[in-house]
Amino acid sequence: MSSPVKQLEIPVPRELHNKPRVSDRIFRSTVTGVSLISVIVLTLIGLFLLLKGYAAFKSEGFSFLTGFSWDAYTDDAGNRFTNLGIGAMLFGTLLIAIVAILIGVPLSVLTALYLSFYAPLKLKKLLITVVDLMASFPSILYGMWGYFVLMPSAIYWAKLINKSFGWIPLFEVKQGLFTRSPWVAGLVLSVMIIPIVTSVSREIFAQTPLDRIQAAYALGANKWLMIKTVVLPFGANGVVGGAMLGLGRAFGETVAVFTVLNLVYDINWHVLFGAGGNVASHIILRWGEASDIETSALLAAGFILFLLTLLVNMFADFIVKNTVKKGK
Amino acid sequence: MSATIESNVKPQRPWVKTPKEQLPLIIIFIASIIMTEILIVATPLKGKLAYAAVFISMVTILEFLYVRRTQGSKASADVIASSIMISAGFIVFLPVLSILATTIVKGVPGLHWSLFTESMFNASYQSPIAEGGLLHAIVGTVYLILFSLLISVPLGVLTALYLTEIRGPGSAFIQFMVQAMSGVPSVIAGLFIYASVILLTPLDVSAFVGSLALTILMLPTVTRTSTEVLKLIPNDLREAGLALGATQWRTVAMIVVPAARSGLLTATILGVARIAGETAPLIFTLGVVDGTNFNPFSGASSSLPIYVWRGFGLATDEAVQRAWTGILVLLILILGLFTLARAIGARAKG
Repeated sequence: MSSPVKQLEIPVPRELHNKPRVSDRIFRSTVTGVSLISVIVLTLIGLFLLLKGYAAFKSEGFSFLTGFSWDAYTDDAGNRFTNLGIGAMLFGTLLIAIVAILIGVPLSVLTALYLSFYAPLKLKKLLITVVDLMASFPSILYGMWGYFVLMPSAIYWAKLINKSFGWIPLFEVKQGLFTRSPWVAGLVLSVMIIPIVTSVSREIFAQTPLDRIQAAYALGANKWLMIKTVVLPFGANGVVGGAMLGLGRAFGETVAVFTVLNLVYDINWHVLFGAGGNVASHIILRWGEASDIETSALLAAGFILFLLTLLVNMFADFIVKNTVKKGK
Repeated sequence: MSATIESNVKPQRPWVKTPKEQLPLIIIFIASIIMTEILIVATPLKGKLAYAAVFISMVTILEFLYVRRTQGSKASADVIASSIMISAGFIVFLPVLSILATTIVKGVPGLHWSLFTESMFNASYQSPIAEGGLLHAIVGTVYLILFSLLISVPLGVLTALYLTEIRGPGSAFIQFMVQAMSGVPSVIAGLFIYASVILLTPLDVSAFVGSLALTILMLPTVTRTSTEVLKLIPNDLREAGLALGATQWRTVAMIVVPAARSGLLTATILGVARIAGETAPLIFTLGVVDGTNFNPFSGASSSLPIYVWRGFGLATDEAVQRAWTGILVLLILILGLFTLARAIGARAKG
């Protein structure tokens, strides 16, 4: 058995490289490019609103933020006068949001605690569905429900508060005007922020380290003691973050506030008195009849609102994320 | 085949309350009902809510006192805490029930078949309820949803792929920005599209421009939900794909995305549910029209929320009735989407 010995040719080793194929390169660059969309959109929003609102910023200067009047008119001689400042509306936004936070946040946090530690499984599932459902209701529905259903009760409660605490200036009501007050708007908003605050709080409570919970039980704590000594100290920061996310929602809410609030361009800090406003609803109120400079001013107001909500949301996110990370 | 094990030992369930332990609780329950009745009769407290509030506080107080006597102050604090939490959960139910009931009760009287075949072109908001319909609003809403979907789903899913598949150095930052974008107030989205598209390009108010504004609101929802869904896909699948010699692109396109199919569908539906009821951005971008406009690229359009908004604004009996009926139709749409998303999500998990 002899076979001719062939001169074997040693193949040149294949060149090894870890360069991705063309298809992968296209895929990666496309996906990476698209992922920047949120950054681009946020930048563009800020840029365009600033650009279009610049005329108003320039003509009003710093008093655009602090001014308490909204007048733009042309007199007989053709001179244009503008006195535009969103100070009153910023104040109104804050007032309504505070009412919403004071009522909505405790309710949401307690609900989240109940869901996380007390509720039986079936009730828990049902309640979570209900809270998710709340998040999907359109804001115009909240507005109409607030106007037709909640307001009569809210006025009744407002009268009770006024009767007992009317001597505190905050709860004073001139001329007995209780309808469409910041109090009513705040109540509607407090219902609207329940879903976000509840779900964030629940997410945070779920991150509580299990060994600490079990340690508390092992030391003989009952549920409440465990919550007080383990869950709340762990989650406190995160809950503050959740509350701030709710605050961001409350700042930006437009249609529901517009529907229930008696929009008056003035500073009114009597919560129960029927006059108030917020930046967002002011924008849609004045939009239809706005002149050039007013339109610019409304866009500028939009810029301020955008900046405000963006900062609040980013800060809140930062806090929540840190708390969640701490648990892992 | 299952073997049966004979045993005389009865399972012990020490956490179940014995009748002897239950008796005081039943007594407390009955006593609270009686005391609540007395209080309601004797004091000016009236109404169902007051009754519920008094009853819950009565049960809490009596149980508190009983537990304090038998088990001490720490156990009684637990009674107070748990009853406050249960009340909070109960209060959260109330607005939802009230909203659903109000919408059905007020919306149903305005329902009639021609709602879905006629627009408001030959009727005004003040004319009798049987005239006119929602066709223009439904057509507008369909266009709005369609275009927002076409734009935001690819963008959202691709962003989610960046966050889960590439996990590039910018992931944390992108995630942060997506989160920040989800907090943009809806009115700002409308103002932005007005300031950029309507003022700078030849496009005027139309369904397409309206959907651009809605896209800004829908994108974060789609991105976040898709990211969560893609994170659930086991890494084994990705590694298997790569081990078979597939490129990353083929792995993602033929393994990861198909595996996450139903989850991505849920993300889409949730995004649609998020924008279907938006009113504020459309005030700047959609215009006002009473007839049906089948051209989404030019001419004003309408949508269900805008229809409701106008009806409510006019404030006459007929107009408000139209608004309630409009919101009933809108709510049915949103609840349908919500249920669909849940059903698909549950099947995907199951």
